[in-house]
Amino acid sequence: MENLGNLEDFKLDVLKEVGNIGSGNAATALSRLLNKPVDMGVPKVQMLPFEEIAEKVGGNEQLVVAIFFRVEGEAPGNLFFILQPHAAKSLLSRLANIPSDDEDSFNEMEHSALSEIGNILAGSYLSSLADFTRLSMYPTVPALAFDMAGAILSYGLLQFGQMGDAALLIDTTFLEGQNQIEGQFFLIPDPESFGKIFRSLGVPMNDD
Amino acid sequence: MIEDKSIIKVGMADLNVTSNPNSIRTTGLGSCVGLTLYDPHLKLAGMAHVMLPSSDIAREGQLNIAKYADTALPELFERMLKLGAERRRLVAKMAGGAQMFAFAGSGDTMRIGPRNVESCKEMLVDLGIPLLGEDTGGSYGRTIELDCETGVLNIRSVQKGVKEL
Repeated sequence: MENLGNLEDFKLDVLKEVGNIGSGNAATALSRLLNKPVDMGVPKVQMLPFEEIAEKVGGNEQLVVAIFFRVEGEAPGNLFFILQPHAAKSLLSRLANIPSDDEDSFNEMEHSALSEIGNILAGSYLSSLADFTRLSMYPTVPALAFDMAGAILSYGLLQFGQMGDAALLIDTTFLEGQNQIEGQFFLIPDPESFGKIFRSLGVPMNDD
Repeated sequence: MIEDKSIIKVGMADLNVTSNPNSIRTTGLGSCVGLTLYDPHLKLAGMAHVMLPSSDIAREGQLNIAKYADTALPELFERMLKLGAERRRLVAKMAGGAQMFAFAGSGDTMRIGPRNVESCKEMLVDLGIPLLGEDTGGSYGRTIELDCETGVLNIRSVQKGVKEL
């Protein structure tokens, strides 16, 4: 298997495009839900040391709402939709009419609504990837956690842990209105999935 | 005398040792286990942030021994001995090993937290070090800090507040 630390630039570009298509679709879905334009940043594709992955959402101890999906099918991986607590509350009040001032806790109803929002977004993210790569990819039932970012994201790194201390992350930020960060998608494909993704898109692999 | 107290940080899949007046800490433990060794006589503390239970599954080129319970504990033990700690004085405490997503995924990955805890305990038995306290399991993250002066392990979590072992 190829050393992921040395992926050539054009392969990173391919992965960036994969992230672009997935999150573009999810942004469109979110925009329809909110009935407002939703912008997204250009996806970043990086091989990041474990320590730095949680930095992307404010650090190891930063409280975040994370909706986690295990991606199954031909190119398995881990998908997180991450929201800052205030952004999660704002989504809830606008999408589900659940108003709340308390950013320190989420009740069962809020959990359920957030999981469903995450489900819609992850579904549109993955179905566009599946169309694009012609690989089957589908999310498992969503699992939600409201906790320290480090504790949550480390779960997504376990498959990489056996191979090294860095993981490849495809990271997209959504923005709505004035610089308000609504959420981030983190896709961490399993190490074995890269070859399948590249091959499906006609990118030659060293080990072919 | 003015003492310069500092906090030594231990990252994920990392280990370190320090002595009084410092403390040693690691943040955001989920399924990972934070294991500490302490020599009360020397006020010497070591901590490992263990990610996976066994190095048997390692496929990395250069093994990071701090990452696996079965390699991190012997390494931490050796580093403590080098600094003058004695085996018969050493005591252990640990925290973490949560199952962050109770219903997600399947098979081995799901049980990684409990397996990390089991593996750490087996290694402690092998090394003959008593486990004085643990705060493991559950489905929440933890940040831990061991104070070299007292040997007290402070555990912070969002859901359960602060706890001391």
